[in-house]
Amino acid sequence: MCLAIPGKVVEIRGNTAIVDYNGIRKEARIDFVKDVRVGDYVIVHTGFAIEKIDEDEAIKSLKAWDEVLRDENE
Amino acid sequence: MRTNDILSAYRSRDIARRILQSIKKEAEKLSRPVKFMHVCGTHEDTVTRGGIRSLLPNNVSIVAGPGCPVCITPVEDIVKMMEIMRLAKESGEKITLTTFGDMYRIPTPRGSFADMRAQGHDVRIVYSIFDAYKISLKEKNLVVHFSPGFETTTAPTAGILESVENDGVENFKIYSVHRLTPPAVEALIKAGTSFDGLIDPGHVSTIIGVRGWEYITRKYGVPQVVAGFEPVDMLAAIYTLLKMINDGEVDIKNEYTRVVKYQGNTAAQEAIYKFFRVSDAKWRALGIIPNSGLELREKYNWIDIRSRYNPPTPSLPDLEKGCICGAVLRGYALPTECKLFGKVCTPETPVGPCMVSYEGTCHIFYKYGALI
Repeated sequence: MCLAIPGKVVEIRGNTAIVDYNGIRKEARIDFVKDVRVGDYVIVHTGFAIEKIDEDEAIKSLKAWDEVLRDENE
Repeated sequence: MRTNDILSAYRSRDIARRILQSIKKEAEKLSRPVKFMHVCGTHEDTVTRGGIRSLLPNNVSIVAGPGCPVCITPVEDIVKMMEIMRLAKESGEKITLTTFGDMYRIPTPRGSFADMRAQGHDVRIVYSIFDAYKISLKEKNLVVHFSPGFETTTAPTAGILESVENDGVENFKIYSVHRLTPPAVEALIKAGTSFDGLIDPGHVSTIIGVRGWEYITRKYGVPQVVAGFEPVDMLAAIYTLLKMINDGEVDIKNEYTRVVKYQGNTAAQEAIYKFFRVSDAKWRALGIIPNSGLELREKYNWIDIRSRYNPPTPSLPDLEKGCICGAVLRGYALPTECKLFGKVCTPETPVGPCMVSYEGTCHIFYKYGALI
């Protein structure tokens, strides 16, 4: 039920966006991600974007893991 | 493109292998076996599909809690919805019932919504409450959305209720069986389910934030990690819990920082509590859980189908004889311990709700052929 998938916002019309999931495009409501822009990646659950994906945070988190694992496995 | 690259990093065999090595090192330091619980069907899918249980050291186990909202939707509510459809038909009103694909097939002693359709009622499967709402704008029937789900799914419901209110749509109603996740975890702890760490569901947490779970750590001393849904996310959460235990740290950490914020999605929270109030609520096979349900506020009663039709419902058994869905939902047992599993109970002929939903632990075990 809480399955949510990432997709890219390609068009915005009012409180609805067209989201591209690797080639498949579907409508999603963007009521809860007010500052979303075309080009942003969002997490969509049952037709609603519930959050934007913070790409910088993702890269930072992967880097942090890399450091932790390097220390651990040395 | 960047996001696809990021996702592939969270599915990387190399990173997963390195985290597993660290998990093994931490596990060697443990003075006793530990058990971690998650409360999310999608986490169970990641664990079972990735064979994560089989990769973990023997002293680290993962159990699934009540992470399937469709599984815990009370029999009485499903039966009441069926009675509402019959009553409406008798009084000459045509109802179009919409719900999700797994809810449609959930068995009760009085049949399922799928059986209602077979009897000639208008029952339609929707992917989203948004689709259900669109039907009500196009057609004149009374559209009733039977609405299960945890916080993640309640947010879209609240979003649509906002449209119903703003657009003054009178032929769209809901039957809310929405539930809140943290109170269920608290109820399990109080009832004696013990675990050494909790893996918090990433998308429930997207809505309620890290702060929505903090009280579980503060009140019960349980370490927690908010986790995403890729294999690396799950392994990272397991490693972080082990590290906290070995370091004597009792805290809550966020591994899914690319999506989950400390405060959660406050716009979604505001929408949910605008329309709903918290109440005690029944969970199928688990009983009444205090402050775990969401009912429409009095002001919005007119959107509740029960304000129009409210037939009495008999008391019915939650589960068929022999079904151990209740023990599975409490984290006491894995599906393979059930005598019915894979023999008389399969996704084609499900006996209990945990075998129907794609988020049900039994369904997931059957689908991926899990042996442990």
